[in-house]
Amino acid sequence: MIEAINLEQRINHMEYLPDMEQINSDIMDRVISETEEYDYDKYTESDVKTALSHQTKTLDDFKALLSPAAMPFLEEIAQQARIETKRHFGNSVYMFTPLYISNYCENYCIYCGFNCKNKIHRAKLNAEEIEKEMQAIAKTGLQEILILTGESKKMSDVEYIGEACKIARKYFKLVGLEIYPVNSDEYSYLHKCGADFITVFQETYNSDKYETLHLAGHKRVFPYRFNAQERAVMGGMRGVGFAALLGLSDFRKDAFATGMHAYLIQRKYPHAEIAFSCPRLRPIINNDKINPKDVHEPQLLQVICAYRLFMPFANITISTRECERFRNNVVDIAATKISAGVDVGIGGHGNNEQKGDEQFEISDTRNVKEVYNALIKKGLQPVMSEYIYV
Amino acid sequence: MNNDELIIGGHKFNSRFILGSGKYSLELIKAAVENAGAEIITLALRRAMSGDVANILDYIPKGVTLLPNTSGARNAQEAVRIARLAREAGCGDFVKIEVINDSKYLLPDNYETVKATEILAKEGFVVMPYMYPDLNVARNLRDAGASCIMPLGAPIGSNRGVCTKEFIKIIIDEIDLPVIVDAGIGKPSQACEAMEMGASAVMANTAIATAGDIPQMAAAFKNAIEAGRTAYLAGMGRVLESGSSASSPLTGFLHD
Repeated sequence: MIEAINLEQRINHMEYLPDMEQINSDIMDRVISETEEYDYDKYTESDVKTALSHQTKTLDDFKALLSPAAMPFLEEIAQQARIETKRHFGNSVYMFTPLYISNYCENYCIYCGFNCKNKIHRAKLNAEEIEKEMQAIAKTGLQEILILTGESKKMSDVEYIGEACKIARKYFKLVGLEIYPVNSDEYSYLHKCGADFITVFQETYNSDKYETLHLAGHKRVFPYRFNAQERAVMGGMRGVGFAALLGLSDFRKDAFATGMHAYLIQRKYPHAEIAFSCPRLRPIINNDKINPKDVHEPQLLQVICAYRLFMPFANITISTRECERFRNNVVDIAATKISAGVDVGIGGHGNNEQKGDEQFEISDTRNVKEVYNALIKKGLQPVMSEYIYV
Repeated sequence: MNNDELIIGGHKFNSRFILGSGKYSLELIKAAVENAGAEIITLALRRAMSGDVANILDYIPKGVTLLPNTSGARNAQEAVRIARLAREAGCGDFVKIEVINDSKYLLPDNYETVKATEILAKEGFVVMPYMYPDLNVARNLRDAGASCIMPLGAPIGSNRGVCTKEFIKIIIDEIDLPVIVDAGIGKPSQACEAMEMGASAVMANTAIATAGDIPQMAAAFKNAIEAGRTAYLAGMGRVLESGSSASSPLTGFLHD
C-alpha cells in the first residue's frame, strides 16, 4: 500500500538540497527538451529502413529504431545489432555479480522493495561480513563485483562504502558501485578506494512522473540524480552506467532519454566508458502486483538493440530480472554483460546466512557455473575481467 | 534554400564556398569571386603586405569577408604574430591558421595550430584552423575556442580529392562546429562529395587557379557545392545491399 504523503509535505523535486553539488552542465536541459519533443508515432517504416541503412546511427535514427514502426523490423534490427556486437566485442561476454551490503533506505520510491515505508528485514553487513561474502563470491571464479546499497547516507555512509571497495580490491579486479548519488569529491574518494564504475538508474526521465513515484527522501531531487554520472566522471571514475526502469513511465521516451543522456556524456567526456542497463519493473515483497506493463519481451529486445545500434561500443548489462531463456538469447544479440549467482538480499553468499530482505524478485537464479556453461554452449566466451585498475 | 546559413563565429553566410585567391592573376579575382558566389575569400597576409603595386587587397571586391591566412608561419608564435599584423592591416577579425613546418608535403602542424588557436581566440579573433583530420586535435581546437574546423582532404595543392574521407566523417559526426574541408579538392565532383557527407563548406584554391577558364571553374564549383549541400539536407537514399540474406532468425525465441 502506498502511504499517502500530502502534496504540501513533498519537497520541490527540482530543487537541490544543501550539500548537493551543482555542476555547470546543460546536458539535462538538452535531454529533457529533446525527449519532450520526441513523437515516436510519427516515425514510419521508411524512417526505420533509413536508420538501418546508416552505418553510424544519428539521434533521429535512434528515435526511429525505438518507435512502434520499428517493431515489424525486429528481426532485421536484431541481425544488425548482432553484427555490431560481434564487431566491437567479438564473442566475449563479461560476467559479474552484485553484492548488496545494506538495504537501509531513506527514500520512498513506491515501486522499490527497499523503500523506507516497506516493512522488510533491514540489515547492513559489517566489514568482516563483507569480506566473508566476497570470499565466497571470489571462489566462484568471478573477478568483477558490483557493490550495492540502499540509499541511506546515514546507515551506509561514503566511508563505509569506501571500506567495502578496499576489501573488494583484495578479491576482485574490477569494482563497480550502484549507490546513492554523491558529490564529485566523494566519487573521487571512492575511486581512490578502488571503485571505477558508477551506475545510477534515473528510473524515469519524465520529471513530472518522477515526482509522483519518489515521494520522499533525497532521491526526490531529480536534477541531482540526473547529473550523477557527470560528477562521477569529474571525480575520476573510468566508466558510468545509465538506465531507466522500464515500465515506470513511457518506455520509448525513457529509453530515448537514457540513450541521449549517455550520448551527450560521451561527447563531453570522450574518455568515459559507457554502459547501459535495461531493467524492467519486477514484483517486490508486500507487492506482487508490480509488473512492467507494456514493456513485453519484444519491446525490451527492441530497446536493447536500439542501444546497441546507437552506441555500438557500449556495454549492455542484462539483469536477472529477466528469465534464463531471454538472457541466453540476448547475450548472443546485443547484451555484453551478465550477472550470475545473484542474491539481491543482504548476505547469503556461500554458506553465509541472509540477514536482510531482497530488493525485488529475481527471475534467473542460475549460479556462476551454470551461466558460464550456458555461454560456452552458445559459442560465447565468458570473460571474468579484462581490466587493470590504474 | 531558405535559412540554410553557414554560421562561423556568430557571422552568417549564405555561400558555402570559400575561395582562395592565390596562384592566379589578380585581375581574374573579381570574376572568380562573382562566379563562385563566394562571400569569404582567403588571402595570404604576406601577399597583402606587398605595398602599392599589385597588392591583392585592391583586387578583392567590396563586401566580401576577408579571411587572411597565416601561411608562412612555422610555429604558433609566428602564426600569432601574422594574425595580429593582419588585424592591424585592416583585414578584420577572421583568421585562418596555417602552421606548416614541412616544406615537402606542406602538412599542417596540429600541435602548434592548437596553441595558436588558443591564444588568438582569447584575443577575439574568429579562428578558423587548418588541420590534419585527427579527432582528438579537433576536440582540442574546439576547446581552445576555434570557430570551425578545417581538416584537409589531401595534401594542399594536390587536387587529389577527399582522401581523408573516413576521418573527416568522424569529425563531422563528433564536433558541433562547422567542418570545412580545406585543401586537396581538385574537382567539382569532389567538392560535391564533401558536401554530401555533411561538410559545412568547402575551401578551394588550386583547383580553380589551375583550371583552363578560371571564372568558369569557379561557377562549376559553386554549383557542385550547392548540389552536395542540397543532397545532404534532403537525406541520402538508402544503398541497398544485394544478395545478403539473414542467417537463422534471432528473434524466434520470443515465441517459445
